[in-house]
Amino acid sequence: MFASFVEQLRVAGLPVSITEYLTLIGAMKHGVADYSVDDFYFLARATLVKDERHLDRFDRVFASVFQGLEHASGDPTTDIPEEWLRRIAEKNLSPEEMAAIEAIGGFEKLMETLRKRLEEQKKRHQGGSKWIGTGGTSPFGAYGYNPEGIRIGQKESRHRRAVKVWDKREFRDLDGDTELGTRTMKLALRRLRRFARQGAATELDLPRTIHATASNAGSLDLKLVPERHNAVKILLLLDIGGSMDDHVRASQELFSAVRSEFKHLEAFYFHNCVYERVWRENRRRDETSVSTWDLMRTYGPDYKLIFVGDATMSPYEVVQPGGSVEHWNEEAGRVWIERLAGHFRSAAWLNPAREDYWAYTHSIVLLRQLLAERMFPLTLTGLDDMTRELSR
Amino acid sequence: MQGFKSTTHYIASRDLEVAVNAAVALQRPLLVKGEPGTGKTVLAHEVASALSMPLIEWHVKSTTKAQQGLYEYDAVSRLRDGQLGDARVHDIGNYIVHGKLWDAFEAERQSVVLIDEIDKADIEFPNDLLLELDRMQFFVYETRQTVRARQRPIVIITSNNEKELPDAFLRRCFFHYIRFPDRETMERIVQSHYPDIRQDLAREALTMFFRVRELPGLKKKPATSELLDWLKLLMIEDMPPEALRTREKTVVIPPLHGALLKNEQDVHLFERLAFMARREG
Repeated sequence: MFASFVEQLRVAGLPVSITEYLTLIGAMKHGVADYSVDDFYFLARATLVKDERHLDRFDRVFASVFQGLEHASGDPTTDIPEEWLRRIAEKNLSPEEMAAIEAIGGFEKLMETLRKRLEEQKKRHQGGSKWIGTGGTSPFGAYGYNPEGIRIGQKESRHRRAVKVWDKREFRDLDGDTELGTRTMKLALRRLRRFARQGAATELDLPRTIHATASNAGSLDLKLVPERHNAVKILLLLDIGGSMDDHVRASQELFSAVRSEFKHLEAFYFHNCVYERVWRENRRRDETSVSTWDLMRTYGPDYKLIFVGDATMSPYEVVQPGGSVEHWNEEAGRVWIERLAGHFRSAAWLNPAREDYWAYTHSIVLLRQLLAERMFPLTLTGLDDMTRELSR
Repeated sequence: MQGFKSTTHYIASRDLEVAVNAAVALQRPLLVKGEPGTGKTVLAHEVASALSMPLIEWHVKSTTKAQQGLYEYDAVSRLRDGQLGDARVHDIGNYIVHGKLWDAFEAERQSVVLIDEIDKADIEFPNDLLLELDRMQFFVYETRQTVRARQRPIVIITSNNEKELPDAFLRRCFFHYIRFPDRETMERIVQSHYPDIRQDLAREALTMFFRVRELPGLKKKPATSELLDWLKLLMIEDMPPEALRTREKTVVIPPLHGALLKNEQDVHLFERLAFMARREG
């Protein structure tokens, strides 16, 4: 009856199985939904969705299947303008920033024109060569081609040429929802386990009990010890967005594996290189960001620090103050990397980019040096090597 | 069909009602998630009283084992009795301690079982309960008997999302995520709990409450249960509504904030913001 609906849900990536489908039909038979569309929607949701992160996807599929509506395309240009203007103001107000940008070449001019056009243009625009919109050849807009262009409201850089990324970044958090292929990773990570007895004494300590009972003239004297737990603490810093888009799958698998393997796991995100702030949730980046100093104060040197990122960026993002693509950084990225590597005694970098290309990207060579060669490819062998290195 | 509905003191949204009724009709567990303080645990109490069934609560802790919900074999007291020559020692059945699920399975009437905060337990905990919740039966090795449910109990499971639950477990459950109530629903909730509250006080307090929740950077956003506690305090202290009234955009520390802000850093954040607001004003 609703087979195509379930099919669509699976296409959208919801893990729906025949069990849930039969449950839904069973509930319909019991008259739970009572011929009301709303109730049917609630019932289908309670039956088919098992994770609040999937609710939004479910809603979209439901709408398209049952009302024949188009997919909500999530037109990214609608909520951008305020963001542009805020950032433009930021740019115009800081003179030293302007100086830095001048080096890249003619930034102010670009911004000036952009602002003018923003005033002239109030509507969404597509094609053409002047207006800000999508698919055109104007320097402003998305999906177009102009080497000096500024990218607005576009999720992935098509030509990897834009000088600035304006998107309000709404990349999916790496939700660890891909169980496929994580098992082998989990096995590789197992090497990092370090068992310690902590917490409440719940396990019978047999040798000590026998000993104590014997010395107690045969009347029972129980001895208990706490259970063994994996005491390894992991701090994960994940690069997100930009050139990492090509590696989302591998990173998701890794995240899913570590999340189920370690009890003490903290994960934060950064973009390209770590600077003064990292954030916990990519969707609510501004609200959930913490200063990198606080990070070092909160998590002691007993945490093992693992960076995950392709380390592929302009070398200036590593060595130059103000080199960040997103904001003005007072201190160069290398200072922050050195600081972190100095604080966390066991730190390593996992790189999803192909190892044989590393030597050709300057920033990878740089970061590898900063981490004392502890950069490993995000493959099973790489993970294995890393765990061996970190468990020393 | 006799169903679960909002009551005078528990406001359930329509989607929650449908989810509960589906779980009752198909006799499958209902998994409830949501922000802390949005009434996940209270739901089980309300379902039990709405269907007039007894409620059996099983609060899960980090050391709880799935086996403890079924039964435990108290070998230690049997050993002691053996040493003391007690006659009870010959029957192993004397040392089988029934768990919550056993109680529910053997009950005369159908009951509601609450498995509270399942995510607190070990990662294998839900897997160990798969068969028991599916078939509603289990086997007692010590006495070689199979315990079957006389009536399948209604199982309500709450989770705070501290751990991922296994897929096989989720497949067997209905799922409901309690969203944070919007202002309108919140007003109904307040009315249902404190019908004699002064309208102006409730209005000002709600405005302030939602403003506090919107403040970026709060470690622990206050939820429904905190709001209700706070309102009660305001009523006991007989706080005038004017004390809560704030001008647009400025931040003041809410009176009796101890009920709303449960985190030292959050209180500091407020003090800092209030200080800045005073300096500007």
